[in-house]
Amino acid sequence: MSKNNQGKDLRPTGHHSQTFSRRGFLKSVGGGVVVLFTTAPRFGHAEALVSMGAPPAFNAYLRIGEDGRVTCFTGKIEMGQGIVTSLPQMLAEELDVSVGMIDMVMGDTDRCPFDRGTWGSLTTRVFGPELRAAGAKARQVLLYLAHEKLTLPLDQLVVKDGVVYDRNDRDRHVSYAELTKGQAIVRRIHTLAPVKTAADYKVIGNALTRRDARQKVTGEARYAADIRLPRMLYARILRPPAHDVTLERLDTSAAETIEGVGVLRAGELVAILHEKRDVADRAIGLVEADYTPGTELPDENTIYDHLVNNAPGGDLVNEAGSLKEGESLASEIFEETYYNAYVAHAPIEPHAALASMEEGKLTVWASTQSPFGLKSQLVSELGLAEKNVRVITPFVGGGFGGKGSSLQGLQAGRLAKLIDRPVQVFWTREDEFFWDTYRPAAVVKIRSGLMEEGRPAFWDYRVYLAGARGSDHPYEFPHHSTIAHSRSWNAPPGVHPFRTGAWRAPGANTNVFAREQHIDIMAAKAGVDPLEFRLKNCSDPKYLGVLKAAAEKFGWKSAVGPSGRGVGMACGIDADTVVATMAEVDVNRGNGQITVKRVVCAQDMGLVVNPAGATIQMEGCITMGLGYALTELQRFRGGKILDLNFDSYELPVFSTLPQIETILIDSADPAPHGGGEPAIITMGAVIANAVYDAIGVRLFELPMTPQKVMAALGRDD
Amino acid sequence: MKKSIKFTLNDKPLTLNIEPERSLLWVLRGDLELTGTKYGCGEGYCGACTVLVNGAAVRACLMKINDVANTKLTTIEGLASDDQLHPVQQAFVDHDALQCGYCTPGMILTAVSLLANEPAASKQDIIAGLDNNLCRCGAHKRILEAVHSVAQKEQAQAD
Repeated sequence: MSKNNQGKDLRPTGHHSQTFSRRGFLKSVGGGVVVLFTTAPRFGHAEALVSMGAPPAFNAYLRIGEDGRVTCFTGKIEMGQGIVTSLPQMLAEELDVSVGMIDMVMGDTDRCPFDRGTWGSLTTRVFGPELRAAGAKARQVLLYLAHEKLTLPLDQLVVKDGVVYDRNDRDRHVSYAELTKGQAIVRRIHTLAPVKTAADYKVIGNALTRRDARQKVTGEARYAADIRLPRMLYARILRPPAHDVTLERLDTSAAETIEGVGVLRAGELVAILHEKRDVADRAIGLVEADYTPGTELPDENTIYDHLVNNAPGGDLVNEAGSLKEGESLASEIFEETYYNAYVAHAPIEPHAALASMEEGKLTVWASTQSPFGLKSQLVSELGLAEKNVRVITPFVGGGFGGKGSSLQGLQAGRLAKLIDRPVQVFWTREDEFFWDTYRPAAVVKIRSGLMEEGRPAFWDYRVYLAGARGSDHPYEFPHHSTIAHSRSWNAPPGVHPFRTGAWRAPGANTNVFAREQHIDIMAAKAGVDPLEFRLKNCSDPKYLGVLKAAAEKFGWKSAVGPSGRGVGMACGIDADTVVATMAEVDVNRGNGQITVKRVVCAQDMGLVVNPAGATIQMEGCITMGLGYALTELQRFRGGKILDLNFDSYELPVFSTLPQIETILIDSADPAPHGGGEPAIITMGAVIANAVYDAIGVRLFELPMTPQKVMAALGRDD
Repeated sequence: MKKSIKFTLNDKPLTLNIEPERSLLWVLRGDLELTGTKYGCGEGYCGACTVLVNGAAVRACLMKINDVANTKLTTIEGLASDDQLHPVQQAFVDHDALQCGYCTPGMILTAVSLLANEPAASKQDIIAGLDNNLCRCGAHKRILEAVHSVAQKEQAQAD
C-alpha cells in the first residue's frame, strides 16, 4: 500500500437531499414499545430531527424491550461528568423501574435524538426535563396497556420496579416485559404527562456510584482510539511548525522507503498511514516539509495590548443608574486591570477518531462532545448525504469544552473517503496542544468607587475577549455598567494567534477572577471583613445561603485584610448554580511558591439528581481550577506553540492537592441547574484573595506563578 | 529483522515473531488489541500507559517489545482474576475514584505496584508514588482515598 493520492480534489460533489425513512429509523431503534416524543416546538429541533431520519418533529427517547429492559437514547455523551448514572436516575424515577434496568445509547447520530452538544452544563437542566417528560409519557402508555390487559380501571393501577399491580389485589399484576411482548408499539406523544414532584421522588436525590466504573477499572471501556476494524490503517497527520503558515515543499520519499507506508494528501492535510501505529510514527519523522510564514502574530509579551486594541466593540451586558452620578458620589476610586493567559484543555485522551466508508456510508467513531455537529461538518465538507454519515461516540476521555471541536473526525473521514479503508486518526500529545481550541487570553478593566461611609458608589466593568458569561455581578451597586468586548469566547479572525474556544465555564473563570478580587480590594479599603462586605451588598438568597454555609464549614473569622492568615473567599454563578468558595493558602516569601492548604465550597444547584455525582464534579472543578490559577499557561511566539507536552505544561498533581470540602445546599429551588462547571469559576479569585490576605500583595494575572509572586513582592530576581 | 520474543502476558505464555524495536505500547494496543493500556503523552510524563513488568510499574510508551522478553507482563485486562476485581480495582469502584476513566488503568497499576512494595503505605507514600500520574478530571482526592483504603486494610490485618 504505497498509493499516493497527493493533490486529489476533495471538494464536495453535491449535496444529496435527505430521504425520510421512518421504517429504517424504527428498525435501527428495535422492537417493543418505542415512545416518540415531540420536543421540537419547545426546543427548536425540528429540522435536525428530520435530517437524522426521525419522523418529523418526533424523537425516540426510549424503548422498552420485550425483556422489560429500558433503552435510553440520548445525543449526549459521557466524558466523565457522570450522566451515564444521572440520566438513568431521572428516567427510572418517571418509569418506576430500577436504575439497573436502564441501558444507555449515547451520542450515536443514527439512533439518538438530535443534540447540539454536551457542554454548558445543559444535560441535567435542559435535556433532563425532556427525558423525564418522555419517561412520564411512556409510563402512561404502559399503564394504558396494563389497563387493557388486566381489565382494571387506570386509577386502580400502581407500578413498582417495572411491574403494574392492582392496587387492591397484589396478585393481579403484569410486568412491562409482558406488556411489550410480541408488540411493536410506537406511540407518538402530542401532549405532556405530569412528571413527578419532590414529594414522590424515590430515585432522584439518591447518591449513586458511577455505573461505568467496572468497565473503566478493568480496561473494558472503549474509547474512540480503542475501536478496531479489519484492514484499518493508523494515520499520523503532518503538523506544521506554527499556525498561519503555508506548506511550500513536501518530500515524503524517505518515509515511503519504509515498507507498507502510504501517503495521502488533500490540500493542507498530509497524512502518513501504516498498519502499525508505531511504524507510522517512525515514518512521519522522515517527512521533510518547508513552510512559508504567514502574517506576523503577537507573542506572549505583546498579547494583552494586542487583544485590547483588536477587540470588537463593546456590547452592553447590564447597567443601571448613571456612572457619572456614581462617580460624583465616590470618595475613593479603584481602578485595576486583570489578565489571564491562554490555557489548554489537555484531556488525557487526545482527540481520536476512526472512520470507515462502507457501501457509500461513512461511519466515524469519534471522541467528541458534539456528534451531531461533527456529522453536519462531515456532510458539508465531504459532500455526503445526511443519511450516509453516522457518528458514534464511545466513552470520551475528558473534554472540558475542547472536544466541542472535532477536527480529528474530519481528518479521519476525509482520509477514509480517499483510501477506502478504515482510518484511525489519534492525535499525539503534541498535536493535541497544537490544535487545541485554547481558553482565550483575556483582559478585564474595572473602575469602581466607594462613598464616605464605605458603601459602593459605582461599578464600571469591561471584559475583553473572555466572553460575557459570568461578567454580570450579584451586588447592589446603585450605578453600574457591564460591557463585554466580544460576548463569545470566539473572537473575529486575526485577534488570537491560534484557535480558541470554550473551556469549562467559559468566560466565567476570567470574569470571577477579576470581579471577586476587586470586591476584596474595596472591602479592604472600606475597612470591612470581605464576608461582611459581600453579605451587606448582596441580597440574593442563594448567594447569602452559600456564603454563610461555606463560612460556617470553613470557620471564617471576621478580619480586615490582609490579616496574615492567608484566607480568602470568592463567589459567583454559572449555569444558574451559585457557589461560594473559601480557601487557605501558604505563601513562601523566599521563592514565591503558593501552597493551597484547604478549599471549602458550598453550592446551590437547585434539585440535586445524584448527590454523589454532583460532589465529584465539585471536587473535580476545584482540583482542575488549581491549574489555571497557579501553573497552567501556554507560551507562544506568534503562531508557534511552545508548550507541547506535560514536561512544561503543568497540570495539578497529587502533591499539590489541598484538603477539599464540599457542601450541597438543600435548595428551595425545585429545578435542577448545572453541576459540571460552577465550582471551577471561583478558583482564581479565591486563591488570589487568600494570597493577598497572607502577604498583602495583589496578583492581577493568571496563572499566579512563583515568578509573579516574587515580582509582586518587589523581588524580581 | 523479526525475532522471536517470549514473555508471559496476563498469566499466559506468549511468543511473538516481531521486530524487537517495536514500541511496547503500540504492540499491546494494535497487534494484541489490549486497548486498556492508554496513550496519553508518548514521553512518559502522564502514566496512562502504565503496565507491570515483573510486578513493577513501567511506562509502555518508553519501552520496546524486546524489553519485556522473558518477563511477566500484566496489563489492566489481566489484573482481575476470574471476575474477581483486584482489591485496588474494587476500591476505585467503591470510592468513585474516576470520572472519564482514561487515566484509571495507569493509576490502578501504579498503585498496585506501589502497594506491592509498601503494603501499608501512608497517604504521603501514596501521594509520592502517584505524583507522576496525571488526571485531568480532578479525581485525585478519591484516588488517594481509594488506594489508602486498601493500604489501611492491609495495615489492619498486620496489626
